[in-house]
Amino acid sequence: MCEKKNSKLINIKKNVVKMTHVSKASHVGSCLSIVDILYVLYFKIMKIDVRNPQFSERDKFILSKGHASAALYATLAERGFFAEKILEEFYTDNGKLPGHLDKEAIPGVEVSSGSLGHGLSIGVGMALANKLQNNPGRIIVLLGDGECNEGSVWEAIMLAPNINLDNLLVIVDYNKLQGFGRTNEIIQQENIKRRWQEFLWEACEINGHNLREIEEALLKPQKGPKVIIAHTVKGNGVSFMEDKLEWHYKSPNEEQLEQSIRELDGL
Amino acid sequence: MMRNTFIKTLIEQARVDDSIFVITPDLGFSVLETFREEFPSRFLNVGIAEQNAIGVAAGLALSGYKVYVYSIIPFITMRCYEQIRLEAAYMNTNIRLVGVGAGFSYGAQGATHHALEDIAIMRVLPNMTVCCPGDPIEVEALTKESFHHQGPMFIRLAKNGEVNIHEADTEITLGKAISVTHGEDLALITTSNMLEQGRQWVCEWSAKGINAELISMHTIKPLDIEKINTLIRAGKPIITLEEHSIIGGLGSAVAEVIAESGCGIKFKRVAVPDRYSHTVGHQQRLRKHFEIEKVNLKDVGIRWEVENNEK
Repeated sequence: MCEKKNSKLINIKKNVVKMTHVSKASHVGSCLSIVDILYVLYFKIMKIDVRNPQFSERDKFILSKGHASAALYATLAERGFFAEKILEEFYTDNGKLPGHLDKEAIPGVEVSSGSLGHGLSIGVGMALANKLQNNPGRIIVLLGDGECNEGSVWEAIMLAPNINLDNLLVIVDYNKLQGFGRTNEIIQQENIKRRWQEFLWEACEINGHNLREIEEALLKPQKGPKVIIAHTVKGNGVSFMEDKLEWHYKSPNEEQLEQSIRELDGL
Repeated sequence: MMRNTFIKTLIEQARVDDSIFVITPDLGFSVLETFREEFPSRFLNVGIAEQNAIGVAAGLALSGYKVYVYSIIPFITMRCYEQIRLEAAYMNTNIRLVGVGAGFSYGAQGATHHALEDIAIMRVLPNMTVCCPGDPIEVEALTKESFHHQGPMFIRLAKNGEVNIHEADTEITLGKAISVTHGEDLALITTSNMLEQGRQWVCEWSAKGINAELISMHTIKPLDIEKINTLIRAGKPIITLEEHSIIGGLGSAVAEVIAESGCGIKFKRVAVPDRYSHTVGHQQRLRKHFEIEKVNLKDVGIRWEVENNEK
């Protein structure tokens, strides 16, 4: 693994923890479960141009689980969409970066989100538009596993295979925790991959923290809409946050911040 | 008539503008087929799934399309209200919600299909333009306005059988009220499918020597505040008439302008009272049941009935 690339990834994770500490905002655990995926997307996979974020043939990413905004902001900053210093304006009075995503706030955010269950429908519309316009750009949507409780997600899942969207890719952040507890205890989704397959999607499962597995899954050609079920760990990379429900809501205090940084530096 | 005028106008534009797209959540049988046949790649039935319809519309709109989502009013406004709030209003996209069945148009179908809250909930959304055309001529003009309008719109249509009130060459501009008749005694402001009944009232009053200004307020948002202020300054009694809840619609919008004007004038809202129908009936029957088919001019200080009786 190349040292330089890892340092970027680690910096994104450290920024996420710092941002939630400074702002006393929640969802740090939800952010850390997707940073590896975002890193691979923005540094290895997606066709983007930070100097011209609106260029028409770009790949578009929709973070449907908009509460993990800090992870996307930190990734966009690391990738050069805006200055890292702007991350200090997360979730603060008069800051630039709201707790949930506003596409007007900063370059690189394609879709405003934060109310769950909206992103996939928008992704279906964008993918359809690209097909009609012969635009080679891909549409990538990241959903939370808890978010898949929303009926609107399933409305979009049912439609997509009907319109042959081989340019639509979904990643489910399967960290197995949601607002009130274990996903399976609230809405059983042990068979999550099979559910998508039954609705005629291509589906695969990966370790959502293994950069190579993420990259391979994202690069594989697809014939229709495809979902990657990414097994992840909430709070990944920080020992006391890993797989702990409370880190859906808590923000790290000074001492916890220091420990988090130490642990992330050691990755 | 309104439905057919809408689709005919849209098809004409779709021939010259390939960004026009139509989505239906599986409604519009016998209305949308002509569009589907001529533009199969720009027509999509997403199935009975209104939330997804708005999301897909947003994805298309964010990619350059002007997307018309067509359904019966309660379903296209309420079933997917949060999607409308975020994907249409918040993101300020070119989504046009085309709702059919204003008020009691689907009367005997029952309260599930009555459209009585839509103006209220649509006009509260920032960026949302709310059009409630009163006759097919207005439908055509406002549909044409929608081709070049930036941002989301709600277009409230009736169903069929509506007559033309205006002349074909009447100037109709988004956000500008139309004075259909002129009269000094009072102003009757109607919106949406009540324009025809408003015209009847004005004719009846005229026969009795009361001259009313009949106004079609085909755009509820942006509201023609200037026009209302002109009426207030002239001290004209105002009656509003709508087939919508008395809460939040045209009457409320006009009342807000009057209240902030600092002038007291005679004012009366004629609208559906704050309750659902548990009575079976077609449109006219329900109008009668909810007493929106008549108004007493004494309520705005015009006592002609009494005076006439005294003579």
